[in-house]
Amino acid sequence: MKYKIKHIIKKYRFFFILLTVNFALLTYDFSLGANAFKLTGVNLLEMLSILPPVFILLGLLDVWVDKALMIKLTGEGSGLKGALIAFLIGSLAAGPLYAAFPIAGVMLKKSSKFSNVIIFLGAWSTTKVPMLIFEASSMGVKFTVLRFLLNLPVIVLIAVIMEKMLSKEEKTEIYEKAEKL
Amino acid sequence: MIFTLSIYIVTTALLLLSFFKNKTKTKIALRKSWRSFENILPQFLSVLMLIGIILSILSPETISMLLGKDSGWFGVASASLIGSITLIPGFIAFPLASALLKSGAAYAQIAAFISTLMMVGVVTFPMEIKFFGKKSTLIRNSFAFVFSILIAVIIEAVLE
Repeated sequence: MKYKIKHIIKKYRFFFILLTVNFALLTYDFSLGANAFKLTGVNLLEMLSILPPVFILLGLLDVWVDKALMIKLTGEGSGLKGALIAFLIGSLAAGPLYAAFPIAGVMLKKSSKFSNVIIFLGAWSTTKVPMLIFEASSMGVKFTVLRFLLNLPVIVLIAVIMEKMLSKEEKTEIYEKAEKL
Repeated sequence: MIFTLSIYIVTTALLLLSFFKNKTKTKIALRKSWRSFENILPQFLSVLMLIGIILSILSPETISMLLGKDSGWFGVASASLIGSITLIPGFIAFPLASALLKSGAAYAQIAAFISTLMMVGVVTFPMEIKFFGKKSTLIRNSFAFVFSILIAVIIEAVLE
């Protein structure tokens, strides 16, 4: 019990610090502090109203999307279908970009095509479905759709550029690196 | 509102479908959902609080001077640099971006921040290099940076 409380305090320490700052603000200038609390409250309610479905989707995707199978379908000669699948693995994922590198490593190990691995990275960083939903709820649907549409060609373009700019030897080196990890 | 409602309807439908197909998997999924939510909650609450404090202290005039239309290329450049260097999860960046937009920041600057935040990762360089090597990492991040700015400029042109 004591450990648990300690753990919670440690986890939420920034929040408690900010809470203290806000209270200090309240005593320094009441209307300023009250306004800060009000802004926080309004934002919190707005965000909390969209978060439950976003996180439920995240969990469902994690459980139902068979990553191993999809990785198998992205090899050399998988063509447009392989690129599309790489895009889907990235978009249906969850987590920050650095969580994508180990999966990219697995893709390389299972000899996914190089450009498909880069497409996967691009999709992971910019078109994750649960995040798009959250983005639309805070930035507006128009902004999100526009950004999504602009990012699609960029994802492909970066993959093509990298496929072209790296020599065969350099790519082999990357594959060998993945083998060792 | 319609957007939120439809997301709820779709999610509920998918959840029911998942439940009828496999109860255990659905339970695992929900546990994962809860865990990821609980994981982000401390930072989430902190950033909302921080946004509240900052926006009550900084006037919209100051924000629009730093990140508004008139901040021009300087604003876009600094927003891109901040986005490239920092490592902020989307659940935290979007509320922040939206709050800044409402208080006087312009689309190009905010879009540049979001785009670079998503695609460019200076802090994660070592990790990316471990998997992809130096050259590949450098190429991917540089092009991601350039395209982010391009995307930001187009978003500004369309939405303004």
